[in-house]
Amino acid sequence: MNKRKWKQAQVILTFLIIPVGLLILFTYYPFGKMVQFSFYNMKYIGPRKFVGFKNYIQIFKREDILRTLLLSLYYMAGAVIQVFLALYLATIFCFKVKAENFWKGFIFFPYLINGIAIGFIFKFFYTRGFVLDTVLQAIGFNPNDLPYWLKDQSINNWSLVYSSVWRYLGSTMVLFLGAMMSVDSTLYEAASIDGANKWQTFWHIILPSIKTIVTLNVILAITGSLSAFEPPFVITSGANGTGTFFVVMNDIAHTSQKVGLASAMAVFLLVIIFIAKFIQDAIFRFLFRNAGTDIDDREFKKQRKREEKARMQMHRGGR
Amino acid sequence: MSSDTVIASVVPKKKMSIGDIVWGIIKYASVALCAFLAVLPIVSCVITSLKTEVEYQSTNVMTLPENFFNFNNYVQAFAQANMGLAFINSGIILLFVLAGSTMIGSQLAYVLNRFSFPGNALIRNLFTFAALLPGIAMQVSVYEIMVNLGLVNTLYGYIIMMMGTDVMSIYIYIQFFENLPVSLDESAFLDGANYFQIYAKILLPLLKPAIVTNLILKGVGVYNEYYCANLYLQDKRKLCTVATSLYTFTGPMGNQYHLICAGVIMSLLPALIIFLLCQKQIYNGVAAGAVKG
Repeated sequence: MNKRKWKQAQVILTFLIIPVGLLILFTYYPFGKMVQFSFYNMKYIGPRKFVGFKNYIQIFKREDILRTLLLSLYYMAGAVIQVFLALYLATIFCFKVKAENFWKGFIFFPYLINGIAIGFIFKFFYTRGFVLDTVLQAIGFNPNDLPYWLKDQSINNWSLVYSSVWRYLGSTMVLFLGAMMSVDSTLYEAASIDGANKWQTFWHIILPSIKTIVTLNVILAITGSLSAFEPPFVITSGANGTGTFFVVMNDIAHTSQKVGLASAMAVFLLVIIFIAKFIQDAIFRFLFRNAGTDIDDREFKKQRKREEKARMQMHRGGR
Repeated sequence: MSSDTVIASVVPKKKMSIGDIVWGIIKYASVALCAFLAVLPIVSCVITSLKTEVEYQSTNVMTLPENFFNFNNYVQAFAQANMGLAFINSGIILLFVLAGSTMIGSQLAYVLNRFSFPGNALIRNLFTFAALLPGIAMQVSVYEIMVNLGLVNTLYGYIIMMMGTDVMSIYIYIQFFENLPVSLDESAFLDGANYFQIYAKILLPLLKPAIVTNLILKGVGVYNEYYCANLYLQDKRKLCTVATSLYTFTGPMGNQYHLICAGVIMSLLPALIIFLLCQKQIYNGVAAGAVKG
């Protein structure tokens, strides 16, 4: 037996050392360093000066940084729209659609394109007089009324958000579709035999089966929108008021080389993400407080109601 | 259950009602509109990439090219952005990163799933927590480490950095391991196999579906990765990847979209081919992401 334990220890150590080593080397050690840097006034090279919480205070004093937090509201809105649109499309595909793979393939493919390519595609797409303008002109818009999609500050953030929805819509859709398909198919058959219409099928069968994952995705979308980076980074380089938190941080770290301030920003964002995560867990515990799985959730509630009724009656009887 | 259901199934199907027709129209209109919006940016790129320079400057972007077999832009873009080398480099990176991460990811999951030992839960938590840390933000300090280890500006340095595994893939492996009965390990052990052999000869072959899922997820991520490739592979002439070589179009060629579009289309061809070949596995891989969080 002891020999067996020894053999186990051998395999455990061998198989752990590389992944855990890499994790520490490229994640936890730099994380520690980052926290340390956030208390210094420093560049990559040269002297470092301990400044305490000055970098953190600066975050709240610099208007360009605070502005980016407002900017993330655009991405939040886009992400929520994306979740609901994906839900709508997935539901459609859940019922019968001819040439299903054909449509699905088109909607999904953007997910596989690399970020830089997407940057070029959308720079081209939005250029004055190019793709978008041509299409809008064809359906009757006056070309002179159209804004500069990437320069006009009243619209450019929406343009970027659109590119992000364009990229991820299909993958969210496939995600939801996967969850919907895992529902016992006899449920759908039973519903159609009972003469349930589409809306009833959606409301009573599809939605309960995926509400966990939809909620999760809404929340992930909200936390994710704080760290939006690629659309502005590759399409506008953060010009004309499109720089999100990470784009501004990237600039501060590499262009002006204020490593301390950039690190403080990263830690600050991490704290926000933590708080969001904490709230998310609380919401989840609240929403699904007595659920094993989604489907027997309703059963459970019914049962509880029955129990409660019984208790009430007993109470009344007692009085 | 009741007599109603029996009757309902016997009664022949009703004719399509108005509601069904309206629903049908809404359904196909929505799907077609979304598909159209999804391909529009890409199709416009394909059109532009097939135009000659004169055509590009004189015609509207959505006007079809005169000659659909004009691949001059592709040849030129391929040479200017050094895409041949970029494809080779990206291929090498993919090969090693995928092989490495499959190996260490499945080994880690094996150990975490099959043995209880002090630190098991801690390691799981460390990986979960790591997913919350903002990756881009940390590059400030990762950079210093890479410099100190002499890993900057080398292909293997970038490979090592990308090779680490993440919660997502560990989770997929562990879930799969849970469905493989432990009695499998036990009987092999009694037959005299050691734990390494059990992992390599018995469990690994059974793990194939989970491996495919992870290969796809990781492969997409690595092939499309730009930020770190740009930061750590600084010698852009020799160490370009597909993503970074595409980026060279930003400079002096910034508005020669007939060339840029050709580059863009070339960069997404490998993804397109893989997509057409294993659409189903890719969907499964993405749907597996449903469990994250």
